[in-house]
Amino acid sequence: MADHQNIANTARRDWMGLLARAPDDALMELWGAVGTPPGFDWLRSPEVGGVMVRGRTGGTGAPFNLGEMTVTRCSLVLKDGTVGHGYVQGRSKRKAEAAALIDALMQTDAAEDIRDRVITPLSQQMQEAKTARAAKAAATKVEFFTLVRGED
Amino acid sequence: MSAQTQFSGGFDNAPIDAAHAFRAAMTVMARPGEIRLISGAQPPAPLSVAAGTLLLTLCDPETRVHLAGDLDTGTVRQWLTFHTGAPISEAPEADFAVGSWQELGPLSQYRSGTPEYPDRSTTLIVECDDLQQAGAELTGPGIKDTARLSLPNVPALRANAALYPLGCDFFFTSGDRLAALPRSTQIRVEG
Repeated sequence: MADHQNIANTARRDWMGLLARAPDDALMELWGAVGTPPGFDWLRSPEVGGVMVRGRTGGTGAPFNLGEMTVTRCSLVLKDGTVGHGYVQGRSKRKAEAAALIDALMQTDAAEDIRDRVITPLSQQMQEAKTARAAKAAATKVEFFTLVRGED
Repeated sequence: MSAQTQFSGGFDNAPIDAAHAFRAAMTVMARPGEIRLISGAQPPAPLSVAAGTLLLTLCDPETRVHLAGDLDTGTVRQWLTFHTGAPISEAPEADFAVGSWQELGPLSQYRSGTPEYPDRSTTLIVECDDLQQAGAELTGPGIKDTARLSLPNVPALRANAALYPLGCDFFFTSGDRLAALPRSTQIRVEG
């Protein structure tokens, strides 16, 4: 039971992290292609605020404050009672709404469909963008080496 | 029919609803004996509408809240944490305490401030069965001549008023009715 819960939590953390980092237009395009969103009620309307991002040196050191970032959050409940939370970077309220709806749907029977049509393509797109950026930066890499130090 | 969850019942429009409730809370505290109606939140039982609305308005992650007796249920804790982020604490550390008069227990266990910082005291939100402008006679700041309010325990509240400038402040809630008694109000028993 505890293991099952842990696995579920890890999976949910993965998709919520992905949605939080996802670029606005990419997410909205994929989400728009899914079709009519299901009906829902707000538990917490979208609101913009700041959060302090904390980090640990090397992942194990003492926590320190990295800096503040803008976050939009909202919570909603589907008609069947599934609760979804959306926490996304930036000020886009419709992105927070989409993220909360996806989070809720990922806990229902529609999970596989959403995973195939939103989560997987989104994660691929973000990975490609990251690789492309890294490749572009790598192309400008300069190799430094010393031929003669000229001292002796 | 909308789905109900343990998180339902917050403000529909938080800035507007909270501003209305805050105005009402300020008014009743400034004019002891006056009763105002507040609404906006639909808190889980046994929390009343007025007490729930007041908690959503006043609490945030930096105010410790003590839930007394029957109010200290998982449902109420979850609801309060989701909407305000307020940490739940024991009576001696609390900034706000909620409950019926009997369950809140002796006033001496709550912080009454220090001479340097009289504001570091607990504000008690007392759930009452009934709230009427009748009973004990009140005089003091904010009251033109005298006012009347049905108070749960006059001797204990008089002892609290005698601590002025220290002491606790009180909100009384019943359904959607809200009244208040600051520590500066003098209480006279009838007769």
